Amino acid sequence: MTLSIAKSIMAKAISGWRQVGQRAGLAVAGLALGTHAASAQTPMYYLETFGPKGEITASLTWGLLAISVFVVVLMSVLVLVAIFRAKRLEPAELGSKLPVSHPGGGHRWIYLGLALTTAALIVMVVWTMEVLAEIDEPAVEPAFTIEVTGEQWWWEARYVDPDDPSRTFVTANELHIPVGEPVRIRLASADVIHSFWVPALAGKTDVIPGQINETWLQADRKGVYRGQCAEYCGVQHAHMAMRVFADPAEEFRSWWEHQLEPADTIPEDDELLRVGQEQFVLKCGACHAVRGTLAGGEAGPDLTHFMDRTTIAAVTLPNTPGHLSGWIADPQHQKPGNKMPNLDLSGPELNAIRHYLETLD
Amino acid sequence: MAAADYQKRPEAGFVTEALEKKLHDMWETKPGLFGVIATVDHKVIGIRYIVTAFAFLVIGGLQALIMRIQLAQPDQTILTPEQYNQLFSMHGITMIFLYALPILSGFSNYLFPLLLGTRDMAFPRLNAFSYWIYLASGLFMYASFLIGEAPNNGWFNYAPYALKSFNPGLNMDFYALGMVFFGISTTVGAANFVVTVMRNRAPGMSINRLPIIIWGTTTVSVGILLANPAVSLAFFFLWLDRQFGTHFFDTAGGGQPLLWQHLFWIFAHPWVYIIVLPAMGMVSDALPVFCRRPLVAYTLVILGTITTMLLGFGVWVHHMFATGIPFLSMSYFSGASFIITIPSAIATFAWIATIWTGRIVMTTAFLYFAGFISMFVIGGVSGVVTASVPADLQLHDTYFVVAHLHYVLIGINLFGVLGGLYFWFPKMTGRMLSERLGRWNFWLTFLGFNLAFLPMHWTGLLGMPRRIYTYPEATGWSWVNMLTTVGSFVLAFGILLLFVNVWISLRRGAIAGRNPWDAPSLEWATSSPPPAYNFPVMPVVASRHPLWEDRLDESDGHSSIDRGLVLDDGKEMLATSVIDAEPRAILKMPEDDPWPFLVTIALTVGFTALLLHWWWIGVAAGVATLLGCVFWLWPRDDLAQTKGAAHE
Amino acid sequence: MSDISLETRKPMAIGRLPIGSIGRLPNGWWGMMMLVATESFLFLYLLFTYYYLAARAGSGFLPEAPPFFHLSGPNTLILIASSATLWYGERGARKGSRGQLLIGFLATLVLGAIFVGIQIVEWTEKPFTIASHAYGSTFFTVTGFHMAHVVGGLIMLLALTLWSAIGYFDEKRMAAISIGAIYWHFVDAVWIAVFFTFYITPYLR
Repeated sequence: MTLSIAKSIMAKAISGWRQVGQRAGLAVAGLALGTHAASAQTPMYYLETFGPKGEITASLTWGLLAISVFVVVLMSVLVLVAIFRAKRLEPAELGSKLPVSHPGGGHRWIYLGLALTTAALIVMVVWTMEVLAEIDEPAVEPAFTIEVTGEQWWWEARYVDPDDPSRTFVTANELHIPVGEPVRIRLASADVIHSFWVPALAGKTDVIPGQINETWLQADRKGVYRGQCAEYCGVQHAHMAMRVFADPAEEFRSWWEHQLEPADTIPEDDELLRVGQEQFVLKCGACHAVRGTLAGGEAGPDLTHFMDRTTIAAVTLPNTPGHLSGWIADPQHQKPGNKMPNLDLSGPELNAIRHYLETLD
Repeated sequence: MAAADYQKRPEAGFVTEALEKKLHDMWETKPGLFGVIATVDHKVIGIRYIVTAFAFLVIGGLQALIMRIQLAQPDQTILTPEQYNQLFSMHGITMIFLYALPILSGFSNYLFPLLLGTRDMAFPRLNAFSYWIYLASGLFMYASFLIGEAPNNGWFNYAPYALKSFNPGLNMDFYALGMVFFGISTTVGAANFVVTVMRNRAPGMSINRLPIIIWGTTTVSVGILLANPAVSLAFFFLWLDRQFGTHFFDTAGGGQPLLWQHLFWIFAHPWVYIIVLPAMGMVSDALPVFCRRPLVAYTLVILGTITTMLLGFGVWVHHMFATGIPFLSMSYFSGASFIITIPSAIATFAWIATIWTGRIVMTTAFLYFAGFISMFVIGGVSGVVTASVPADLQLHDTYFVVAHLHYVLIGINLFGVLGGLYFWFPKMTGRMLSERLGRWNFWLTFLGFNLAFLPMHWTGLLGMPRRIYTYPEATGWSWVNMLTTVGSFVLAFGILLLFVNVWISLRRGAIAGRNPWDAPSLEWATSSPPPAYNFPVMPVVASRHPLWEDRLDESDGHSSIDRGLVLDDGKEMLATSVIDAEPRAILKMPEDDPWPFLVTIALTVGFTALLLHWWWIGVAAGVATLLGCVFWLWPRDDLAQTKGAAHE
Repeated sequence: MSDISLETRKPMAIGRLPIGSIGRLPNGWWGMMMLVATESFLFLYLLFTYYYLAARAGSGFLPEAPPFFHLSGPNTLILIASSATLWYGERGARKGSRGQLLIGFLATLVLGAIFVGIQIVEWTEKPFTIASHAYGSTFFTVTGFHMAHVVGGLIMLLALTLWSAIGYFDEKRMAAISIGAIYWHFVDAVWIAVFFTFYITPYLR
């Protein structure tokens, strides 16, 4: 009984804090950026979130931050008041003595301080445990699983339909999920430790070689959410981002259907594309796969539906013809140290490969 | 010494010029190169520690400034990613290992015998050894820059990126061997502090009369003895994995990457407390001097110190909340991490109450201590926020944590140290630091620091991950980063003023005299700077504040400073009992001795040989080290270790 | 002549004091205790590593052939015996009998050397190496760490025996003997923990 009352009070407090906090946070962010759409300007901000897991965490974080700010202000004010109310003495002259006394009453401060600290801690611990229990598992069992593999420095994503193993496909760096449904993510590493993090949806889960970690995501609003590797993983840790597209259910299902298909065959009479495909298989096929062709490499991202992706090189560059050419011609320029070598392609070869890639939608 | 000299009755007497002259000739280090490498004077060693640690602070600070230029704006290419990664790794290693603990060891080394009313540390040669190893291991790690292969995996150095298959250069070998090397210094230094406190104090200085910095340093020294083996072992395993194909961290042969994280954080979380508790102790001792009253709640503050260290061993997994550990384990470590706040809260309220109920002498040192309290609170509560697992899963590895740890390291360690420097500089040098320059120094440091790191919390909340060498503009992190860069330069300028102040004051500062602050503890009872033997006669202590006894009614009798035991038959000092500090024995102390330096040379050659796979030179260096230790420990007449039968 | 009394309300009486490291608990004894404390934790972390890797790996961590006792069993007894001979020698030192001291220490040196020899045979008999798998890595590293401590202890005992032989110690000035003995007993005690971990626990599951 008492517990449930406490819980309801806490729930109210949570939502209260959250509203206050969110408004304040948005105001600060908005003020600073001169904009009202803070989240679009700051895609990695996690105090305004768009899924149940993120939201309950954001409320908790707001609450904890509010308590923290209160404590800092309170203590700083106490220090300042203590300094300004106390009697001042001039520094001692050489060899002279200053008065010393041992007034009592100091211990009251300690007891009061301990009582306040303990009370605040109890609130924080209970709140923490409650949220911890809640984010552990989604409310309904996810309908499917995305097996995400972290690699230096990009993300592979394998979509697995539990009912029909043949409806499995592989893509990279840009995940799609249905709006309003929880999705299970199984995390594996191909090399070193990474950390899977889409801040506007949920907290981090480390991606550790030799073990499988699981987490889940849910987005309640259509949109594009930025993610980024959060555990240092080597030279290009800075350029290991991802995008999560939350699509309406219908759109998501058709996206999945589309991804299952192999790449379109190229028109027989298009010489440029024929050369492009040939060169692609020859020069790129050892590392990249395009289903439906002889290119079957697994070291780099699967490019079967490359043109469905809005970015290249783990969200390092927008997927535009200019950037694509630049990337293929000199991948070490924008992302030095990444595993894609400079291939020393001739102008015509580069042109042909780029044209071929642009057919992969 | 004759065989019958097993005991004697010490004389009591007053300080005389003849006595001082006699002691001076016995204790003073001889000038010249031999004196430089052989000295065992704790004050010389302490100042060496402080100067070396500040040098590393400057180097680490310059690395930070370079990184701040790179991060000031998005998509900058001033540094290559590899350069940036080496810089941030060495910045962390430098500040956490080569600055933060050694600076505190320096103060403690200088102050311990003075505060305790004795003449040197329990093991003076070991003390020299710990400094030489510190210097050698620091130079060893920095030698990596010469070949452009500095550690590039952060100070936390997670496997498997640290393994040879991902990191084939010498980078990680420098770090792994360097840390095992450095661990020797930390360990022997810690053992020396503990034994000194237990065995070598002024008669009457029972444990309830010890200054708090003594408690702080002793507590963390025990912590070091118990925690340091974990990290030395982890780095040794790493080196084995890299050189001999073992499978501690390598999943291919059944190793576990998380083993690294456990061993590392079992060490590194206690380490966080190790590098702040002595600084808190400094504040607890020095702040009350400027409030003209004893510290509020001495006993509770000490209990808090010890409790913090104990709990510090039980919270390491809070660095690993995202690694997929079981739910139950997460809730335990989360809870424990919250609870560790309580002992820190005791100290905070004790400081505030001390100011509140005192009368204030406004000095630069006081300003640093007052600033310290606020910084302590900010660093503390941001730590509490990350103790909450769900919040931490967002905050972890973002700049929020970077801001937090800088409030801990700069706010608690550096601010405490700078206040301590203003406070004890007159004792060390005989001259006061300029108060006028001091105000500029404090305000620039304080404002620059907060300008750099307060907005950085926001950077973290905007989702900027740590350890990235650049970021795209679309993330919205540009303006906060610019603020931090500006702030960091202001902070650097503030620190520069400190060095200017030291430089000028060493030459033209006001003469300090024995006790310029009218402070209560024993180091102020001797001249500034103190003579090599610290105290001409061994003082006897009757209260917690020997030099304030005339004004506080807390002692049972009077401390005796000018009259005490005369120990002048060679280098002598007292051994005392653990609890009550009753005299137990007269110890013979070693002369200046080159062996600590020579053994360090042998070890340096040995570690270099291991680095470069010169196995036979490594073996030779190992043998030389052992032989050096045997000669070092060879029984000596003048240490009263031998009956001398062999020479009769 | 009365004791000195220094000016405190309860005068502190200071009588005759021993000079140097004589009798009980000199600084060196405390120093050795610090070493024992930190080394205990070193071995604690070493054994933690073994248990952690074993627990995470589940079955399949141990090699096919279980650890055998035909060498390690007698070797354990030899090491325990060496502690006994050391104790005998130290008691000799306490009595001022250099003969007993030397007999005890020489016997300890011989037993310690036999332990090292047998341990090397045991190592060569193993069908795996330090690089074979995680078990091999922990086995050789942990026993190797212990072996290094035994060898270090032997060198220390050798120096003490040498110093005793040329008359550096008598019944009062023998702190170095007692302090050195602590280290050797510690190394023995550690072996018991290592032995239990590597040789006994596989049979307990």
